Amino acid sequence: MTDTEKQTDTSSIELLSFRVGGQDYSVDIMSVREIRGAAKATSLPHAPPFVKGVINLRGTVLPILDLSARLGLKTGDDTERNVIIVVDIGGRTAGLMVDAVSDILAIPTEEMQAPPDLAADHAQTFVSSLTIVDGRMIRILDLDAVMPPQGEEAA
Amino acid sequence: MSDPMAEIRASFFIECEELLESLQDGLNLMDNGDSDSETINVVFRAVHSIKGGAGAFGLDDLVHFAHRFETAMDEVRAGRFVPDTEAIRVFFSCADLLGDLIRAARDGHVIPPEKTSPILDLLDKLVGCEEEEDEEELEFTPAALSFDLGDTAGLPDIPGLPSLEGVPDLAETDLDSDPKLVAAKGFDITFKPETALYTSGNEPLYLLRALRDLGDLEVECLTSQIPALDALDPDLGHLSWKLRIITEEPIESVREVFEFVDGLCTLDITPLATPVDFSAPDDDGPSIADLPNEFNTPTSPSEVPAPDNSAVSTTEPGEPNKEITKESPKQTTAKETPKPASNKASSAPTQPRATVRVDLERIDRLVNLVGELVINQAMLSQSVTEAGIAPNSPVSTGLEEFLQLTRDIQESVMMIRAQPIKSLFQRMGRIVRESSSSVGKEVRLHTAGENTEVDKTVIERLADPLTHMIRNAVDHGLETPEKREAAGKPREGRVTMTAQHRSGRILIEIADDGAGINRERVREKAIEKGLITAEMQLNDADIDGLLFMPGFSTASEISNLSGRGVGMDVVKSSIQSLGGRITITSVEGEGTTFSISLPLTLAVLDGMVVRVGGETLVVPLNAILETLTLTDDDLKALGPETHVVQIRGGFIPLLDLGAELGYRPPQDSYVGGIVLLIGQEDGNRAALAVDAIEDQRQVVIKGLEGSYGRVPGIAAATILGDGQIALILDPTDLVSQASGKTKKRNLPVQLAG
Repeated sequence: MTDTEKQTDTSSIELLSFRVGGQDYSVDIMSVREIRGAAKATSLPHAPPFVKGVINLRGTVLPILDLSARLGLKTGDDTERNVIIVVDIGGRTAGLMVDAVSDILAIPTEEMQAPPDLAADHAQTFVSSLTIVDGRMIRILDLDAVMPPQGEEAA
Repeated sequence: MSDPMAEIRASFFIECEELLESLQDGLNLMDNGDSDSETINVVFRAVHSIKGGAGAFGLDDLVHFAHRFETAMDEVRAGRFVPDTEAIRVFFSCADLLGDLIRAARDGHVIPPEKTSPILDLLDKLVGCEEEEDEEELEFTPAALSFDLGDTAGLPDIPGLPSLEGVPDLAETDLDSDPKLVAAKGFDITFKPETALYTSGNEPLYLLRALRDLGDLEVECLTSQIPALDALDPDLGHLSWKLRIITEEPIESVREVFEFVDGLCTLDITPLATPVDFSAPDDDGPSIADLPNEFNTPTSPSEVPAPDNSAVSTTEPGEPNKEITKESPKQTTAKETPKPASNKASSAPTQPRATVRVDLERIDRLVNLVGELVINQAMLSQSVTEAGIAPNSPVSTGLEEFLQLTRDIQESVMMIRAQPIKSLFQRMGRIVRESSSSVGKEVRLHTAGENTEVDKTVIERLADPLTHMIRNAVDHGLETPEKREAAGKPREGRVTMTAQHRSGRILIEIADDGAGINRERVREKAIEKGLITAEMQLNDADIDGLLFMPGFSTASEISNLSGRGVGMDVVKSSIQSLGGRITITSVEGEGTTFSISLPLTLAVLDGMVVRVGGETLVVPLNAILETLTLTDDDLKALGPETHVVQIRGGFIPLLDLGAELGYRPPQDSYVGGIVLLIGQEDGNRAALAVDAIEDQRQVVIKGLEGSYGRVPGIAAATILGDGQIALILDPTDLVSQASGKTKKRNLPVQLAG
């Protein structure tokens, strides 16, 4: 019993998939803290355009990133993107604003492939690997690349 | 288990910190020419207490060092050595080293003897006393108290201590030596430990040994109060001692030995020469002569046999405690009487009031909870207002009281966190001493306002920047003694640190009386490093500001103190991360002053809630001088894109907050608009145009740095009553970076910030 569990653990990875800017993306479910509805963000002055602002998440200040803007995809109306995925990486917490959350997928690691080199594709630096589920291509986000570097504004 | 022991150890080290503090205080006083015996006593006692505690924990290095230090201080105390400035310098180094040893012992490190021995040799040479055999003796391990009647092992074989021979012998020796004793100086001491003395971890053996250090000691152990074996409670102490010491030392030295057990024992000290009033003690001859009988009675094998005096020996074995309690008040008062009042006064500063040591984490938790309470109260107020409840209804008045209480709680909690800045200043004293000796300058540190209370977190986080600034002041600020003399200044440089509260902030100043900033050289250096171009016109303040640029260092040679690249820019950013600001004023030839202004707390501030361009912002109340509505007459255009506000004959630049933060373009007209008049530490003012003033309230500060990063012009964030996040403005930062609405100011450089 435990052996089989271990096997699935090592050989597959669970992903939370979502849609953003008309494309399917996903993140490792272990980095997801929670999913919540969009709230009005307080905008930060002098912030890059993809930083929507900050919201109050039960008493902590949570920065919200507009993922479609971050990935350079077309941004639809604000009303459409109504889900915030709260992710935790490297000790920092941030909210990613996406169109909709789709599914939780368990993908065997061998089915993951590195993205091809496409110099023209600006967004490819944010994708760590690709996989196919039911004929749809799922892009797995490199969260470290998505997060704005800490202290970017400190200069 | 090891836990209780670890706790005692921890509290010992905390006490050590306090003792070190009073040690430093005392040395400072001595340094300032105070040769009062009480001051010297304070210093001596601090070292002595550290030694005593360290001995109990078997911290040999510490004991060893403290002992040598103590011996030197004892010479000073006895008046055999009058310390000069040089000696006090050595004492300071000793105190520093003692602090190092304590910390090393606490953290389980070892400081190699090579580090301590030079200073100790210096100390011995100065004071001119040899101190070898005593140290050896300190290494005795306590032996279990198990001896039979007449056994000689009352105490382990300690040289110089008359061994406890059979009782008749003892009586004889006592009687024999009596005439001599009366002639000699010395004291008779009756020492009856109470149970509390043992439970607090004291060991009479150590006390006796300490006494022996003072002179020839004769010890008798009084066993008469030991109950029969079946009635014996092993947790209670039943022994008392009668001691006779032949010494030249004053009575204070004898009392000092018992300082730690003050109140835990019944103690009576009588000078040998004086007549004795008490019925109980000190009538040696006859009582001892009466004793042989008693000694033939077997007592508990685990107890020490010794002669007793008649008064105590009449006590029934069954009720020893009764007797003690009856006796103790009387003897305590007797003990107090000869004790000089000044002795009490001197120990007062070190233990002023009853205090509780609390884990900082618990306080932080409390602070956080109070923060939540403040937010919650704001939310409640908002809902009550929204529900349309009349302002004079019971609900509203109750809420008012609630608000008042919240504020009181919040202030009380903040006071718990506040600590005098003294500890920090003392650390800086050490930095001054070390850095001045390493660059060969003579420097004296003056401090003022050490009792200014500052949030503990602030104190901790100030240590590094202040260290850096002090080193800078010593290394760069002050000239060499030769140069100082040439300039007609005293050889000894002066660094002054002051702390004070000023309008809701804490102002810390570090001033030196050195040469001041050589602006020409700073400018050249900046051009050389490519920070500015040669044709830039800079005023004095701009040049001073260059010191805060990353990678700037004025030291032409890199000394081992400063000039390693991490410079004032790091200082500035750490001060800024505390919500503070740093400014320089410098007069050529007279010195440089760095002023640090810090918020009182890092948790809550009073703010004015304003609306700008659809966003809600909080402006710290202490920055706002006044608010006004602009009229046509007030507003004057200046240049194509800027306005000034004319107010009481002065002109103040107008800044559109919405435009500065990028929320909206500058408005067409500001007539009829509301402006906040912002005052800054440097005296500059600015008028901030806002759309509306909503409220004035206490807000809880939530840092942005942790989650997002620093935002220019914004100090932090807070949560409003409706659950929305509002940003807290940093007016000084905003004004210094302001574009002046839309016109580009010709600032030569964007100074780091």
